[in-house]
Amino acid sequence: MKLLFNIAWTHVSARVRQTLVGMAGVAMGVGFTIMMAGLMQGSQIDFLRQLVDTMPHITVDDERRSVPTQPAEQEYAAVQMADIANVGKRPGIKYPESVMSSLRSWIPGDVTPSVATSAIIDHGGARIGITLTGIDPRREVQVSKLASQMREGKLDDLSRAPNGIIVGEALAEKLGVKTGNTVLLVGGQGTRLNSTVAGLFRSGLKRVDESQIYSLAGTAQLMMGQSGVVNQLRLRLNDPMSAQKVAAQVEAQTGYRSVSWQEANADLLSTFTVRDFIVLTVMGAMLLTSSFATYNIISTITHEKRQDIAIMKSLGMREYAVRRIFIIESIIIGVVGILFGWILGYLLCYGWSKITIFNPLTGTTVPLQIYYSAMHYVIAGGISLLCCAGAAYFPARKATRVHPVDIIRGAS
Amino acid sequence: MTEVALQAVELVRRIEGVVSHTLVNGIDLAVNKGEFVAITGPSGSGKSSLLYLLGLLDAPSEGEIMICGQPTSKLSETERADVRLTKCGFVFQFHFLLPEFTSLDNVLLPMRAAGRMTEGEMRERGLTLLGSLGLGEHANKRPNQLSGGQRQRVAIARALANRPEIIVADEPTGALDTASTEQVFSILRDIADQGQTVVVVTHDPALAARADRRIHIVDGKIQEITEQGSGELVCEAVS
Ligand SMILES: Nc1ncnc2c1ncn2[C@@H]1O[C@H](COP(=O)(O)OP(=O)(O)OP(=O)(O)O)[C@@H](O)[C@H]1O
Ligand SMILES: [Mg+2]
Repeated sequence: MKLLFNIAWTHVSARVRQTLVGMAGVAMGVGFTIMMAGLMQGSQIDFLRQLVDTMPHITVDDERRSVPTQPAEQEYAAVQMADIANVGKRPGIKYPESVMSSLRSWIPGDVTPSVATSAIIDHGGARIGITLTGIDPRREVQVSKLASQMREGKLDDLSRAPNGIIVGEALAEKLGVKTGNTVLLVGGQGTRLNSTVAGLFRSGLKRVDESQIYSLAGTAQLMMGQSGVVNQLRLRLNDPMSAQKVAAQVEAQTGYRSVSWQEANADLLSTFTVRDFIVLTVMGAMLLTSSFATYNIISTITHEKRQDIAIMKSLGMREYAVRRIFIIESIIIGVVGILFGWILGYLLCYGWSKITIFNPLTGTTVPLQIYYSAMHYVIAGGISLLCCAGAAYFPARKATRVHPVDIIRGAS
Repeated sequence: MTEVALQAVELVRRIEGVVSHTLVNGIDLAVNKGEFVAITGPSGSGKSSLLYLLGLLDAPSEGEIMICGQPTSKLSETERADVRLTKCGFVFQFHFLLPEFTSLDNVLLPMRAAGRMTEGEMRERGLTLLGSLGLGEHANKRPNQLSGGQRQRVAIARALANRPEIIVADEPTGALDTASTEQVFSILRDIADQGQTVVVVTHDPALAARADRRIHIVDGKIQEITEQGSGELVCEAVS
């Protein structure tokens, strides 16, 4: 092995310029891959953090996931129970306080009751369908970051204004309303309610900012025409990532449909998967391309060293040992290139993190989010090394297959 | 009794192609241990081709080569490489040294590839070999810093590195001046006298005359074998 390494070393060290080009190729591939991975994952994590901050981690509502089979249906298949699901009045969650206290006893987080209904908001002829969530401002801090997302007014202002509501900034812009304006809410039952805009919030999630408004629980119940009803529990967990598991447990315990934030945003998250796939493909292609210079060098060396290959084989060195020389050469180039690539990748990430962009969540300019992970370095390096070894293998195999006699005859 | 180091049995080497060509056409030959055999013949008669077969560099189309009594026709390419490494030493007309390596490193190459000695032992043997071939002070020079004769002697030292039973040399003096030719030949003669078997192809009749046996080849066949040992000439016509 030492012999093979020695021979390999003489070959690469005799071609400083070519070797440096190869190393630069590998370094750039690895560096840019690390940069891309850091940027992509940084922005993704940033986005997820926003999502997790804004959405309740689990929403329990008063619907069953599927209508339970009725006993009569089991007995007599002929008896059809049509339209079991409620259309008119929502049943609400039965004994919400006791459900909540039993949940509080085991969930790693907190829970608050709320009242959710849909309505149409009407201001000067502009009508937009929205989701109205009736909350308890004092308990809201336990389950959402709404308080910190307020751009105008405070949560407590809900109780001060008559039928106060808090509106997303984007929605307010669409309607052309300002804090203190009065708007008309039209409920499903035909309820009409004049309410006052008590504040504006901005979550950074377009969907929420354009169609979600908050009021006191009482106001929402008034809209539904069902006083005292609680039809939604919102949970916040210490570990947002455990939401799916906890939601399943909550559903099993309470029988109410429990939706984790992951489930609620499945469409968004699935676009992440597609994005990840695309990015991974691009990064793989980048690493592969970066090893082309290495392929070129090894091809050149094996071509120039045809005679040496024939000599080594004729002296009795085994074919795979001779082949290994060239793979070692490529690995030398690869390893040095990867080391420089790591440095380059780190510097690029560092450089990007100094660039600030406008953040719609806070309305301020913040640095680009970069995710630093040793895994990025290990994976980019590993794949790059494999590509280099592969790039050397094929020309080396071709060159070392030659019959020494053919070369020796040709040379003498 | 004398031991046979190298034996060829009905050796045929054919090149298949649009026009098939027979390079070696049925050669039977036995070379004893410690014997110095010279192969002569006109250009294109198949001397090199025969030598490649005897040194296991090339595989025969038909026939068998036995090295120290071991048949080789069934060996895999890797096993043939191992035999070449340890049992056959090659010297070509062109020195074929690795240009980046010093004389010593070139001589060490087969020993390192075989890996049967410690680095210290290998260096010692390498220096001894170079010294015995008069290259003591050239051990650390690279091939392009040596004369043609010196390079050829390094190549001989390399061929001897793993103490092979058999040394095959294809016109080792073809590119050398008279003085170097003389030097190289007496080295080969000494090697044979020390018990290693030497088969050498040469065009030089004066040199061929110094071999124990002379084999004249024409058109891939042995035309004449001349025993020259101990002064008396035994002529024997084959074919
Ligand atoms: N690959 C090949 N295809 C066809 N013919 C070949 C091939 N290799 C060698 N020959 C032919 O085989 C014959 C024998 O070649 P070889 O090299 O053994 O001759 P030689 O006796 O060593 O000649 P020289 O003294 O010139 O070195 C020559 O006529 C040569 O042209
Ligand atoms: Mg020849």
